[in-house]
Amino acid sequence: MKNDIQNKPINRVDGRAKVTGAAKYFAEIEVPGMTHCVMVTSTITRGSITSIDTKQAERAPGVLAVLTHLNMPAIPGWAADNSKPSSGGEKLRLLGSDKILFNGQPIALVIADTLERAQYAATLVKTIYKKEAHKTDLAKHKTEVHMPSRLGDYSRGDANAHSTAPVTLKADYVIPIEVHNPMELHGVLALWDGEDKVTVWTKTQGVKDTQETITAAFKLEEKNVQVHSEFVGGGFGMGLRTWPQDIVVIAAAKKLKRPVKLVMTRQQMFTMVGYRPYTLQHISMGATADGKLSGMYHEAIGETASYEDFTEATVRMTRFMYACPNVTTKYRIVPLDRGVPIWMRGPGEATGAFALESAIDEMAYKVNMDPVEFRILNFAETDPERNKPFSSNHLKEAYQLGAEKIGWFKRNRQPRSMKEGDWLVGYGMSTGVFGAYRGGSTCRAQLNGDGSLVLQSATADIGPGTGTAMVQIAHEVTGLPIEKIRFELGDSSLPPSGSQGGSATVSTVGSAVYDVCTALKEMMAAKGLSFENGAVKGNIKDVLAADGKPYLEVTKESKGGAEQQKYSMYSFSIHFTEVHVHPGTGVVRVKRVVTVADSGRIVSPKTAASQMIGGVTGGIGMALTEEAIIDHRYGRFVNNNLADYHVPVSADVPHIETIFIDKPDPIINPMGSKGMGEIALIGFSAAVANAVYHATGKRIRELPITPDKILAV
Amino acid sequence: MNQFTYTRVSTKDTAIAALAKDKTAMFLAGGTNLIDLMKSGVTSPERLVDINALPLATIEETKTGLRIGALAKNSVVAEDKLILKHFPLLSQALSAGASPQLRNMATVGGNMMQRTRCHYFYDLALPCNKRQPGRGCGALGGFNRMHAIFGTSELCIAVHPSDMCVALTALDATVLIAGPKGERTIPFGEFHRLPGTTPEKDNTLQRGELIMAVDIPFNKLADHAHYLKVRDRASYAFALVSVGAALDISGGNIREARLAMGGVAHKPWRLTEAEAVLKGQPATEDTFRKAAEAAMKGARSFGGNDFKLTLAPNTIVEALKTASGRV
Repeated sequence: MKNDIQNKPINRVDGRAKVTGAAKYFAEIEVPGMTHCVMVTSTITRGSITSIDTKQAERAPGVLAVLTHLNMPAIPGWAADNSKPSSGGEKLRLLGSDKILFNGQPIALVIADTLERAQYAATLVKTIYKKEAHKTDLAKHKTEVHMPSRLGDYSRGDANAHSTAPVTLKADYVIPIEVHNPMELHGVLALWDGEDKVTVWTKTQGVKDTQETITAAFKLEEKNVQVHSEFVGGGFGMGLRTWPQDIVVIAAAKKLKRPVKLVMTRQQMFTMVGYRPYTLQHISMGATADGKLSGMYHEAIGETASYEDFTEATVRMTRFMYACPNVTTKYRIVPLDRGVPIWMRGPGEATGAFALESAIDEMAYKVNMDPVEFRILNFAETDPERNKPFSSNHLKEAYQLGAEKIGWFKRNRQPRSMKEGDWLVGYGMSTGVFGAYRGGSTCRAQLNGDGSLVLQSATADIGPGTGTAMVQIAHEVTGLPIEKIRFELGDSSLPPSGSQGGSATVSTVGSAVYDVCTALKEMMAAKGLSFENGAVKGNIKDVLAADGKPYLEVTKESKGGAEQQKYSMYSFSIHFTEVHVHPGTGVVRVKRVVTVADSGRIVSPKTAASQMIGGVTGGIGMALTEEAIIDHRYGRFVNNNLADYHVPVSADVPHIETIFIDKPDPIINPMGSKGMGEIALIGFSAAVANAVYHATGKRIRELPITPDKILAV
Repeated sequence: MNQFTYTRVSTKDTAIAALAKDKTAMFLAGGTNLIDLMKSGVTSPERLVDINALPLATIEETKTGLRIGALAKNSVVAEDKLILKHFPLLSQALSAGASPQLRNMATVGGNMMQRTRCHYFYDLALPCNKRQPGRGCGALGGFNRMHAIFGTSELCIAVHPSDMCVALTALDATVLIAGPKGERTIPFGEFHRLPGTTPEKDNTLQRGELIMAVDIPFNKLADHAHYLKVRDRASYAFALVSVGAALDISGGNIREARLAMGGVAHKPWRLTEAEAVLKGQPATEDTFRKAAEAAMKGARSFGGNDFKLTLAPNTIVEALKTASGRV
């Protein structure tokens, strides 16, 4: 790959399969003898099951089994695990005990010959509970903090500098619970072959991770666990683990000796496949009168489950983003009677960036500086947390490009100074950042006699267009035309790759594709073959015939090296937005967006732009509409459906201008590409909140910014 | 979902007879709300009587106005040329409701019959007097951001979710109903009811009755009509507050005004006192503000919906500004 040349935009390689329905998602898979599972879930938040009456359900037409903690077979791998949650609570053992640890916890599996019969029978299960007092409200229990096992406290310089500086700022920020809510519902289809071999179709961001979890849970041999997840209808992080309900359904299939399929309901997607945790943050910031940051204190308290710690890097960005000599960060978690959270796009960093980038904007106004100039003045040339150079950092250029595109410097900086009709007009901006990673991945290349190339690796495509990017990399290395190259993923029998998460797939798997294509060229050279003008030069058919092989095959493992210790590697984004706010109704509309990504060389410009647009759309949701609400008296969600949990609809999303710096990172990997999925969203909510301030003169520090909040301040 | 039987009927009489002989039977029109209610177990009819084949989908001009058949689809009514000419307020209200897919299925009669979106009503594990009389109201003291500020009772603070009905209330429509005892008409404003001591009853339709049509009398309000819906996202969200406003303005003065609000009561909320304030006055923001103040008499909030005490009058003013052309 010649990383001095920009790549051409190509169409999504599986686009046609997706829009024609040829692409099959797990829920569409049918196998002979398949049965359907419906979960009955708890209606209390904490306590135990006194009795559960399944007789009526068992007698209902078509019902094959009703499994509860009373008759569920033990999960061998779970039984062997005696570890205790660090909060001191009990471990979650789904259908393994009478204990209820959160509202919406599965308490019975109803399995029938049709989905409708299972659904009906599930309504006949009668449960009597013994309720205990529960805690679901982080705001109420925020003092009951627990030090997480990782992400400890951090401090450099004078820990009081933030409050003794000439100009100071103290502010509190609130992020509500957000739920990933991908279009595709989660679930699993399990098909056993005897007692020790199982095939599973599911929705996962990592087939190898799921394979490993199932292997451990059932104490099987890895080669006897086959996991398929060729297509995923959106993950956003919820598919980064194999959930306990997946395991009990697989166990049910083993017990019944029949394939069992579970497709969760939308309501169940709120309680048992994770969420972005409700988080309280406090920032205290100090600056000199001429606008140099002199101290920052950033504290975050997030929720977790009573049965498991969940941590994320909420306060991390504050440590290295700006050239500030004195920085202290603290991160705590509060165990609640809730299902466990999981990373949601831009995990932690998106939460932290809302607070930090709102506070930076506020401080810029306090020192009477333009927020862009304030950021440039406090730009960190090297990583002040680790005292290392950045592998690449084009933030200054990105600020400039974005500002020019949206007309930033032409606005009137004075808050509440711009209007269009009755609507107040505001401009806001923010920075986003996420670590640029390169993990380990193995890729296999098979060059066929017809000159077509098949590449295989057990990675995932949760939507960004993994196959498209990989084909493009292979095209760049081999010169073969796009349509001659196929990339296979989502199958645990393929060469191993990590899960798709943390914006690392292009860097990690892409490097393996790069390396295996390079190795293939070397192998070909030894056999008198080469790629020339988009085709194989030399008689490959004779070579294959002589070797007695159907194709030339080479497998290559690839991972990063020592460079990761020498440099700080990050992807950056700058978001600019123009919002209109109606002062009478409190309605906020995002009217324009310019988003700039500094994520190294862009491998696939078209899918990369789509990914930025998707991330900004998620950011609009985070800023303006998304909030999962619990009635804490009952511990139950009161808007657990897509009518009342508001993801942005098309009418909420304006044209989004995406700009790529598109300069290769010289360190991270052979393509020079850094990640993009997370930075597309990280920081965007702060850009909106800052624009709302510019429009109205009011700071809103609690998301989402709904009309009632505009009217209240 | 329970097992149920499904019957298709094609005449008014067979429809009414089908309900008369089966106490748990219900009419099925577009099904956009009923099927949801059945899936969540809130409603469990043992028989569905599909009335979609009845000849009730036409929109026709009568001597005094327009008659809209109860089975006319929301999307069809919203784009109908006669409706757009005479009652643009209705078209705007319909277009503000739900999503294109839902509007293509939902009917006028079904829209009138849709039930509240109060979450406590839908979740069988939570208390709701409307779903289960005597069980208590979860929204009082709970999540009540979407809830009523007018005409509430100690038993229920739910709101009627329709946009269309707000416009029909403002437009003085009447409802034509057929039942075992023959036909009757009632003013649209009396179709829905307040919760009082029987929140389980949404409206005054009797068991076994069928909505046939809605009649809207001609008026002089078409030039100055606006439906303003304030919601949490730009489309496909229920109203926090909505206002249907229609004015007859001559020489800068308001000759007649019609105002109704959605998202604030158990029924579409007609603002007769505000209309009286507007009548005969100049169409100015000052007048609109006075009307909005009059409209808010008796409003009461429950914590989560306190903001509606500010939002509702502001929305009335904005709707009137736009309707009058004084934006």
